[in-house]
Amino acid sequence: MGVGSASQKRLVVVGHGPAGHRLVEALRQRDSGGSWQVTILGGEPRPAYDRVALTSYLTEGADLGYPAHDPGVIQRHGDPVAAIDRARRTVTTESGRVVPYDSLVLATGSVPFVPPVPGRDLAGVFVYRTIDDLDALRACCAEAKGRARAEGRSPAGAVVGGGLLGLEAARALQGLGLETHVVEVAPRLMPRQLDEGGGAMLRRHIEDLGLTVHAGTPLAALVPPAPGGDGERVGGVRLADGTVIDVDVVVFSAGIRPHDRLARGCGLAVGERGGIVVDDGCRTEDPAIFAIGECALVGGQVYGLVGPCFSMAEVVADRLLAQAAGAASSAAFTGADASTKLKLMGVDVASFGDPFAAGGAGALDVTYTDPVAGIYKKLVVSDDARTLLGGVLVGDATAYPTLRAYVGAELPGPPDQLLFGGAEPAAGELPGATTICSCNNVSAETIRCAIRGDQLTDVPSVKGCTNAGTGCGSCVPLVKKLLDAELTAAGIEVSRALCEHFDFSRAELFDIAAVCGITTFTQLISEHGRGRGCDICRPAVASILASLASMEGRGEHILEGEQAALQDTNDHFLANLQKNGTYSVVPRVPGGEITPDKLIVIGEVAREFGLYTKITGAQRIDMFGARVEQLPAIWRRLVDAGFESGHAYGKALRTVKSCVGSTWCRYGVQDSVGMAIRLELRYRGLRSPHKLKSAVSGCARECAEAQGKDFGVIATEKGWNLYVCGNGGMRPRHADLFATDLDDETLIRYIDRFLMFYIRTADRLQRTASWLESLDGGIDYLREVIVEDRLGICAELDAAMERHVAAYADEWRAAIEDPDKLRRFVSFVNAPDIPDPSIAFESERDQIKPVLVAGPELEVVSR
Amino acid sequence: MTADVSLSRPTWVDVCHYDDLIPERGVAALVRGRQVAVFRAFDGALYAVSNRDPFSGAYVMARGILGTRGGAPTVASPMYKQVFDLHTGRCLDDPRHTVTVYRVRRSAAGRVEVADPPAPEPAAREPAAGVTRS
Ligand code: SRM
Ligand SMILES: Cc1cc2nc3c(=O)[nH]c(=O)nc-3n(C[C@H](O)[C@H](O)[C@H](O)COP(=O)(O)OP(=O)(O)OC[C@H]3O[C@@H](n4cnc5c(N)ncnc54)[C@H](O)[C@@H]3O)c2cc1C
Ligand code: SF4
Ligand code: FES
Repeated sequence: MGVGSASQKRLVVVGHGPAGHRLVEALRQRDSGGSWQVTILGGEPRPAYDRVALTSYLTEGADLGYPAHDPGVIQRHGDPVAAIDRARRTVTTESGRVVPYDSLVLATGSVPFVPPVPGRDLAGVFVYRTIDDLDALRACCAEAKGRARAEGRSPAGAVVGGGLLGLEAARALQGLGLETHVVEVAPRLMPRQLDEGGGAMLRRHIEDLGLTVHAGTPLAALVPPAPGGDGERVGGVRLADGTVIDVDVVVFSAGIRPHDRLARGCGLAVGERGGIVVDDGCRTEDPAIFAIGECALVGGQVYGLVGPCFSMAEVVADRLLAQAAGAASSAAFTGADASTKLKLMGVDVASFGDPFAAGGAGALDVTYTDPVAGIYKKLVVSDDARTLLGGVLVGDATAYPTLRAYVGAELPGPPDQLLFGGAEPAAGELPGATTICSCNNVSAETIRCAIRGDQLTDVPSVKGCTNAGTGCGSCVPLVKKLLDAELTAAGIEVSRALCEHFDFSRAELFDIAAVCGITTFTQLISEHGRGRGCDICRPAVASILASLASMEGRGEHILEGEQAALQDTNDHFLANLQKNGTYSVVPRVPGGEITPDKLIVIGEVAREFGLYTKITGAQRIDMFGARVEQLPAIWRRLVDAGFESGHAYGKALRTVKSCVGSTWCRYGVQDSVGMAIRLELRYRGLRSPHKLKSAVSGCARECAEAQGKDFGVIATEKGWNLYVCGNGGMRPRHADLFATDLDDETLIRYIDRFLMFYIRTADRLQRTASWLESLDGGIDYLREVIVEDRLGICAELDAAMERHVAAYADEWRAAIEDPDKLRRFVSFVNAPDIPDPSIAFESERDQIKPVLVAGPELEVVSR
Repeated sequence: MTADVSLSRPTWVDVCHYDDLIPERGVAALVRGRQVAVFRAFDGALYAVSNRDPFSGAYVMARGILGTRGGAPTVASPMYKQVFDLHTGRCLDDPRHTVTVYRVRRSAAGRVEVADPPAPEPAAREPAAGVTRS
């Protein structure tokens, strides 16, 4: 082997995991002269794959394969190297193949550690490291399920080890349909990353997910099934305290050991707890031999995360190229932070820096616990509370990217504020040395330089130039911040472009479409954008076109022609998507007033179609659990009974809530119900940048919560007070008093103008509250525009609203009358009568409740 | 690689007529009991991926919005809006997740046919997490 021009040096890479793969890719990319003839000797039967994503192979059958190397690279897989002859500079594989080298790179990774407990050799005992492991595990679980069913019990499995990987494996086992136990020696889960409080909180979340946790008791032995069972197979896990957990499958995830056998075999130095000793250039004491990845002991440490493995690979690639060129390379691996963040089915867990530093003197713990929300946060700071040393986040890790970047640096604000993700520092302040992207080890300074140097203006190009954000992606928000800060500093306006397809903001696109009379997405994007759009710009433009259509009196259906393809699924099916793929149905109930007959119809429809019913928070009734093919039939019934769409699915007017008002209430001073109904009927169907909510109260007691609405009305002795730009939701905002003691007509005129002005000028998905905050001049300016007609557009706004009111038609009635629109309402195009088998329900409090048939899977966002 | 090893020769399963597909939209089809989302892009090209959204576990991919990202044809899950590359099935917002890609073709008679079992064209494979070197 090693054929190739005489001048070519022979590089042999032992082990084809992420590290080995990255090394070869980096080398081939830069070795234009072909100074190295590369031979890969891999132990696994297949080329390198994304081990980090291993679990998705089990849960999604994902294809983990890394991109293939170019053909110039010689590859031998499934034939592990057995020995190294340093004198002869050759390696010998188990099949006896002898391969000579000029330089040798050991990238042999690590092997799972299986504690020497009795019974560890029984059948049904696995580790969780390779694709082969997972294939075997899956087969065994399938078999176990069959056996359990036969014996009339449910199959169970145990994972030994409650660390990151253990929990990941546990979720996977559960996903395979096993009752799953987690056995952890330490008194808490993820002992290496979490402190006691964090571990306890995580345990609660994990148990809520249906896993059983046994922490604090060591494993004593694995035992065969109760007498009579097959003695070769594992049947239970015995803990030191005598408890026996009956299981069909056991997975060991009790840590890993560097795979340094080869190095030991040829007398290279290894650490006392394993790991091939290398210098910061990843070179062993034998200058011809390097070690990278999890098998390497660099700076006295072994790294168990893929990020550092990649960095080592890059270092060695650089060294090898320099060596071939007879030059010197200063590339060095100077350590990496072991910050980790993962998400187990919606449970955020993050730890960064040294979460245990508080043990040492001169450090403070700042802790925040919310047992109800299941949130635990801890920051470890220097005793002057100015420098961040480390921390732990469980239940809410939004602050993770920022906090991680601040480890070892001066804090931008008081620690307690930081805990609430609140006092988010301007990225401009981040110290240059802080690592922004730990996957690829990129510092804030590097990113800033790249942005300035190459005049980068968007995140993708920053990723391209610096590699930051190309790994787990958890740092992308920070990268974006850095970019924005740089651009603003450079006086470049931070792009308000909608997305990669349009350089314009929503408001700008609205004007363009209005002025140029554009009525289709195709025309807009071909004349003023690029590509074919995406899930950001398509619904945004759909909303713009719909608003314009009604403002211009063209009562165009949102599912008309090309429009249909732009709509988000809720608008596309005129209903709200629910977690199991079914939809909910919310008929309009103007002002919350409804006749007994109509109530009965809703009841009958719900009963007939087996829907779950609930009174919503906005005074109407939601029916859940409808399959797409049921929607038209349901609506036919509702429309016949005089109901119409409630637009619960649309960025449009939702409801106008009302209180009892002067008709019945002894305190009422105006007819709030009458006004609420009038307003709701006037603005129904009006598409807007975000949803619109309103309420009318009959007196100052404000029972309709009008001051929490986009536009709210409160009765006074003399008329109505108008409040605008409030909302509840994520960031509640009290509405501002806009005008007082208005008569009916003035009230409505002001609201008309308010809504039309908002629709014209707001950003995509910007509620009226944040819209007002972004308006120069705020509420006063708004008054000038709407009351004093400062922009001279009021006549226009009024006319637009009149046209909307005149052109309104019920979307659902139109849909059920049009066969073409009904086409889309089937579960399966090739089996229109078959209901979606993945949709199932169980019963709870005498109503249906969705159950996902395929188990939800574990989601590892990043580490 | 991994997926390919196990591949037996696929059979083509008839799903619907090309004209049953709404341009730039998807439909769900039952392919031997498995749910497949079939899409018709603006240029007429056909794509098919598993209908299961890996993030929510719900079978809804067919109801996502089509588009492009950096030139690649994409579909956005309607549930939590992650965007997937229709060629590779890889999630562009979180490369740890993929949806299985099915081969799909338009027969001479204008029928839409999906290959079973699924077979991602090796050519159309994306760099995995951590090795993207754009
Ligand atoms: C059904 C309902 C909960 C209930 O049973 O009470 C509900 C359900 C949903 N709300 Fe809501 N909200 C409901 C009243 C509210 C209220 C209370 C109200 O309207 O008086 C609020 C706070 C008031 C407000 O919005 O100002 C509310 C604030 C939100 C928010 C946060 C909005 C914000 O600006 O922060 C969202 C998220 C969003 O819209 O982006 C949301 C989103 C949703 C979505 C659409 C989430 C989703 O995409 O699936 C839910 C749809 C469920 C469905 O299929 O119908 N829902 N939601 C209520 C329907 C009211 C109705 O009859 O139309
Ligand atoms: C389930 C799981 C989830 C993970 N999640 C994350 C995560 O979210 N984030 C993160 O950063 N890290 C994660 N990791 C860790 C990450 O996978 C490792 O850090 C990474 O794989 C190390 O790469 P490596 O190339 O050094 O070693 P390995 O990936 O172990 O590759 C070494 C290769 O060398 C081969 N080999 C060994 N001996 C020989 C021999 N004598 N001859 C030939 N070949 C040999 C092995 O068979 C193996 O294929 C996870 C690991 C697992 C198992
Ligand atoms: S608050 Fe609204 S969005 Fe949140 S769960 Fe309840 S209904 Fe859904
Ligand atoms: S931290 Fe940057 S990609 Fe993972």
